[in-house]
Amino acid sequence: MAIFVSKKTKVVVQGITGRDGSFHAKQMLDYGTNVVAGVTPGKGGEKFEGVPVFNTVDEAVKEAKANTSIIFVPPKFSVDAIYEAVDAGIELVVCITEGVPAIDMLKVYAYVKQKGARLIGPNCPGVISPGLSKVGIMPAPIHKKGKVGVVSRSGTLTYEVVYALTNKGIGQSSVVGIGGDPIIGTNFIDCLEAFNEDSGTDAIVMIGEIGGTDEEEAAKYIKKYVKKPVVSFIAGRTAPPGKRMGHAGAIISGGTGTAADKIKALNKVGIPVADLPSGIADLMEEALAKLKKKAAKKKAKKSTTKKKAAKKTTKKKTAKKKR
Amino acid sequence: MKIHEYQAKELFKKFGMLVPEGDVATTPEQVGQIADKIGKPVMVKSQVHVGGRGKAGGIKYAENAHAAWEISKQIFGMDIKGCTVRKVLVTEAVDIASESYIGIIIDRAAKKPVIMVSPAGGVDIEEVAAKTPEKIFKMHVDPMLGLQNYQALTLGSFLFKDMKMARLAADFIKKLYITFMHVDGSLAEVNPLITTPDGQMWAIDAKINIDDNGLFRRPEIEAMRDPEEEDKYETQAKNAGLSFVKLDGSIGCIVNGAGLAMATMDTVKHFGAEPANFLDIGGSSNPEKVVNAMNIILADPNVKAILFNIFGGITRCDDVANGIVTAVKQLNPPVPIVVRLTGTNEEAGREILQEVDITATSSMEEVVKRAIELAA
Repeated sequence: MAIFVSKKTKVVVQGITGRDGSFHAKQMLDYGTNVVAGVTPGKGGEKFEGVPVFNTVDEAVKEAKANTSIIFVPPKFSVDAIYEAVDAGIELVVCITEGVPAIDMLKVYAYVKQKGARLIGPNCPGVISPGLSKVGIMPAPIHKKGKVGVVSRSGTLTYEVVYALTNKGIGQSSVVGIGGDPIIGTNFIDCLEAFNEDSGTDAIVMIGEIGGTDEEEAAKYIKKYVKKPVVSFIAGRTAPPGKRMGHAGAIISGGTGTAADKIKALNKVGIPVADLPSGIADLMEEALAKLKKKAAKKKAKKSTTKKKAAKKTTKKKTAKKKR
Repeated sequence: MKIHEYQAKELFKKFGMLVPEGDVATTPEQVGQIADKIGKPVMVKSQVHVGGRGKAGGIKYAENAHAAWEISKQIFGMDIKGCTVRKVLVTEAVDIASESYIGIIIDRAAKKPVIMVSPAGGVDIEEVAAKTPEKIFKMHVDPMLGLQNYQALTLGSFLFKDMKMARLAADFIKKLYITFMHVDGSLAEVNPLITTPDGQMWAIDAKINIDDNGLFRRPEIEAMRDPEEEDKYETQAKNAGLSFVKLDGSIGCIVNGAGLAMATMDTVKHFGAEPANFLDIGGSSNPEKVVNAMNIILADPNVKAILFNIFGGITRCDDVANGIVTAVKQLNPPVPIVVRLTGTNEEAGREILQEVDITATSSMEEVVKRAIELAA
């Protein structure tokens, strides 16, 4: 199991004939993602690596049964591309494009919500559920299938953390880059909720950064609802106030949005925050070890009431079935 | 992007809000001429991209043109929080009966614009929020519907008991909202919004910040950019497609991706040194970008070592390596360079670096520690 993208995901690439769109469409195909269509107005009828190209998303949905879209069009056109996807009935829209105006995003957010669809991004690396599907631009080989969910506002910093997890043998259920802009379609809480409900996720990594109060809100949510262990890292401890640190959303304004505030809020609800990105893997190793101990205890309790041997065989059977 | 008060006032005027008569000057002589034309007592206001101008002595009252000319000589060249005053706004001094505050920002959590008003204008609004929060009233606007009349009037009524004045304020708020949306604002603020003894309403100060992402469709706003107010190297970096912020430390950092760049700075600090900068070379990094990045960092005399932290994704390690080789040959950097390469085409990148005798590591912590060692 995983969140947002799985084997059922059928992708349409909006902007498939562009420089980035074509490169990453090929990468996704190589990974095994079910890319069923591409859209470039005026190039309908062509093929890209065997994938049919349509003029509109509507055609891609009707003829190729696409249910997920990934957007690579320039900022000028990306808002229109999101509306087009949602209006065509796409359930999940991943917008990679960086540079979408925040005022447009306010309307986009309201509209997507009203339509019951989900938007991830903009200005994000996308989503990958290792071994199942990749709808994004992340380097696939650093990922490993497993049971840790990762959610992050950043791109390459996420890779760094995933790399550290994988090097320690800790695999991931899904890795979601929610984007570095101030107004994004899916926030930490949406992802935490999904990971919390996902039977394939045992623990969660949350990678935040300066700007806004999403991490503080997430801390409150975790305390109230999330039953799985969460570990965190916050980037930008050394960032000066009032300066935009690359990401449009990464700015400390009026004394709020500092890394110190966020770390404090997370620690307050018992979430450990790593000092360095690699420290995440150590914290996660500890969290998983604790989880294992807990499970072993539970099991020991159960096995006193049931017959050990009988339980083992039934467990083996279900495990085989799943494969 | 930030714009000056006089530019914000031009926008206010364009959208029908009342601002006192005035003009911008770059010399004391011009100040005198403008004040003479106004023919009344004036305010001479420094135009810099920082707050707290009044407290710093950058805003002064002048009885007549001669006094304005004299006073401006003190204001020109003044340093306000690191910004040198090169321009002043000379504007009619108006009689003040009351001072209020109006501000609009985007509430990130609510994902809506929020309008804030307070009858306690003319002072630092953050202070009002901290000490007397009951004096601030906030209202969110549905971005699909825009600001409704009743909302504007509710806000206006919080400022004025008198209905006539409340309506006047409501009208002002509506115009400010339209301006905010039209310029892709990230902040629009009037502090203070004043009433005169004869019942008029004026914006005495004006502040507008622009969302950089909206600038591509606002050429008239882009034209307001004041390069003198922006850090020379930050502008140079921006033109080269890099995102750069100058800091005070000695370790120069060149990183791909904003989050990783921040984390790299944090790691430098964690191991006991200070980063010299934030620099994100962005997604696809051609060799030229690397040369530009190195040039900008080497211009800082504080830099004692440069570290590259590259996690290849869209960015290819071999591209960055080629850039490093070109930069080293071209610029012959006087400080040591250490490199971390991981991800797409990492092996090829390592091989390329052999040409300039650089051995790349694959660990972020290692490269940071190495840079600190060499800088010491």
